Amino acid sequence: MTLAQQTMPLFDWSWVGRNLDTIWDRTIEHLRLTGFALVVGLGLSIALAALALRRPRTYEPITAATGIMYTIPSLAVFALVRPWFGIGFVTAEIALVSYTLLILIRNIVAGINGVPPGVREAALGMGYRDGERLRRIEFPLALPVIVAGLRIATVTVIGLVTVTSLLGLGGLGFFILDGIRRSVIFPTGIIVGVVLSVALAAILDLVLLAVGRILTPWTRRDAV
Amino acid sequence: MDKEGCRLMEFISEVVVWFSEDGRWAGSDGILPRTVEHLWLAILPMIIAAALALPIGVWLGHRRTGEFAANAVVNIGRAIPSFGLIILSGVFFLRAGVSLRFWPAVVALVALAIPPIFTNAYAAIVTVPQETVEAARGMGLTEGAILRQVEIPVGSAVILAGVRISFIQVLATVPLAAVLSSGGGLGQYVVRGFAQGVGARAEVFAGALLIALLTLAADWAFSSSERLLLPEGIRRLRPEEIKAAASVS
Amino acid sequence: MAEDVMIRLVDVTKQFPGVAGLAVDGLSLEVGRGEFVTLVGPSGCGKTTTLKMINRIIEPTSGSIVIDGRNSLASPAHELRRSIGYVIQQIGLFPHRTIAQNIATVPMLLGWEQPRIDGRVAELADTVGLQEEMLARYPAELSGGQQQRVGVARALAADPPILLADEPFGAVDPIVRTRLQQEFRDLQERLGKTVVFVTHDVDEAIFLGDRMAVLNVGGKLEQYDTPENILADPANEFVESFLGGERGLKRLGLLPVTGAELKWGPFVDVSSSPAAARATLEEHDVDWLGLLDGTRLLGWVDGSLLDDRSLVDHEPRPFLVTLSSDSSLRTALDAVVTGHARVAVVVDDGVYRGMLDLDSIAEEITE
Repeated sequence: MTLAQQTMPLFDWSWVGRNLDTIWDRTIEHLRLTGFALVVGLGLSIALAALALRRPRTYEPITAATGIMYTIPSLAVFALVRPWFGIGFVTAEIALVSYTLLILIRNIVAGINGVPPGVREAALGMGYRDGERLRRIEFPLALPVIVAGLRIATVTVIGLVTVTSLLGLGGLGFFILDGIRRSVIFPTGIIVGVVLSVALAAILDLVLLAVGRILTPWTRRDAV
Repeated sequence: MDKEGCRLMEFISEVVVWFSEDGRWAGSDGILPRTVEHLWLAILPMIIAAALALPIGVWLGHRRTGEFAANAVVNIGRAIPSFGLIILSGVFFLRAGVSLRFWPAVVALVALAIPPIFTNAYAAIVTVPQETVEAARGMGLTEGAILRQVEIPVGSAVILAGVRISFIQVLATVPLAAVLSSGGGLGQYVVRGFAQGVGARAEVFAGALLIALLTLAADWAFSSSERLLLPEGIRRLRPEEIKAAASVS
Repeated sequence: MAEDVMIRLVDVTKQFPGVAGLAVDGLSLEVGRGEFVTLVGPSGCGKTTTLKMINRIIEPTSGSIVIDGRNSLASPAHELRRSIGYVIQQIGLFPHRTIAQNIATVPMLLGWEQPRIDGRVAELADTVGLQEEMLARYPAELSGGQQQRVGVARALAADPPILLADEPFGAVDPIVRTRLQQEFRDLQERLGKTVVFVTHDVDEAIFLGDRMAVLNVGGKLEQYDTPENILADPANEFVESFLGGERGLKRLGLLPVTGAELKWGPFVDVSSSPAAARATLEEHDVDWLGLLDGTRLLGWVDGSLLDDRSLVDHEPRPFLVTLSSDSSLRTALDAVVTGHARVAVVVDDGVYRGMLDLDSIAEEITE
């Protein structure tokens, strides 16, 4: 692949001004791709983590399988999945979701296992059934660790979404790819794509941090 | 055999044909040279990044300062999209008139490799129990000796985990460099193939398969070599403890 | 009578998979309604395992447990546990819930209406000695002693007839522990709950229990009797060595002062004449005189200071140690060896009842 040799000036503010709506659309697309992957990933991870917690023997195989999915580069995953699902949303999401599984499952399991045994035994002794106990006692207490994993997964996925531009999607990654493939290289687009995706990652990270704090009021109180 | 099965067989045979073409393995665009290129594009940045990040991370950890920097580095490192980084690097090198085949990718990958190595090196040293360090100091070891003989060995599992995470990440990002030029190791097959549409679907799939195998093999090689590289007492830790220590990134 | 037996263990056995030997081997035990029973023994004797089999945290391998006339296996485990209070050493308060919510746990599980729950929480806070303003706090903000009080309140919330306690004061510092033991015993006396209490501390068991079950490895019941009887007459060498040293003194700690014969001693009313005072001194052959104002005890006076002055003019010195009627003989012995007078003075609300000296205490022991 050979690129054009000429580049436009480094940053063209007027272009930004003229294309605000395109930029906005791409940002929304980026968020959509990210959000979908995280929601599906979280749902799958909770299910798999619950399985691993109920039958500890399954933890190793689950971790091994999701570990493989995590190790294989997203680009390769797109290409491997494409013969069956073509180029588009589904292929992208399969890769993005599979990326989140390892870290989310690991953090959910670690969070639940990190609940002090005394608390678990007290809950048992009071007459909580297993399901109730997991939902109402152990899960809330595991939230800090789970939210930490969710933050990492979110930031990672935002970065990966840019690669889906090679599939014709890409959200903000579109500007990055487009910028380098034009007949005259267009740095402005590339810079906009990179800066906005970093900004998006930073904002979502802070939002999750705040949400995590709100959901766990007891961690904010200090010992008397 | 039904229609789906037919199409599948057709596809598989296309892929097999691709692999067995003349010059596919050893030729100038062949699998072997591209694999070597792929590995080199990962190893060189790692060496540079390690040479920069390990000493600084270890030293800051020893002095127990710079926690804010360590946190900032890991967060920023995660937020910057590797794809965007490589492309940006390409743009700058293009404007400087340098060939895009090699250095833009290396520079971007060095930047990518630094955060996990730095953060883990820092965490590894910082979490060595203070009593252990003080005991060594009390016995008369110099600061440097403490680092070499106590802190680094004790923290070696976490340091190695950071190197491993970084290497896998870099290895996985090398293919994206194919967007810039005819480099990108095995990634070239995939990127080139995507751009060419359905006709090159065998090449795309084969390239992806090779990439997947390479990264999995590298990961496996790393975990096996942990046995050789880690000191005896640390190796005896239960795997969960090592993983817990390694999950800093 | 069968109805008076609250908990009956019949030949209960527990075998943990993959572990050689039986944790509990055929233990049979009965706990009466309203009785406070302690399970004591060295580590590995199966006392905690036995306790946990009562509320089925651990399921017995064989044997049966009958609670208030019903087989414990008859209903689902979680239902059984909602009718048994459970207090553990690690306390186990839910960190993510306020104190009030922690206490309200079982009532909420049982579906009580909120007003009833709120009333009950306030009542319990008062019972275990927690200030009202603590109810809105989180466990992390409380000290260990306060947390364990909450643990007890939480266990009592649904007013269960039975309370199981597994070394509940083990994680608390010694000064607080003594106070908690005292309060816990008073609480049980007031509420009349049936309590099974596990401890490895024999002194705690002696202090708290109506009856003590001394267990050996494998849940072997070596002796099951009141602490006084066990101390007076250990069944075998194991029990004897487990009771530790100073067995006689420990037993004295359980015997109340009222069991002994109180003497009146050299005590005169402050309005008596100096001559009568000196006569009392000689009669008792002591060098001190106790002064009363009617029935109220004023103190004592050194005998050598007695002259022709009226008794009212003397400054009575207070006794170093005074006991009440429910003090133990051990405290009396301590008073005897501590004060100048070599006696233990028994006073109830300022009213003088009598005194004990070494002879009267010794007489009580040898009985």
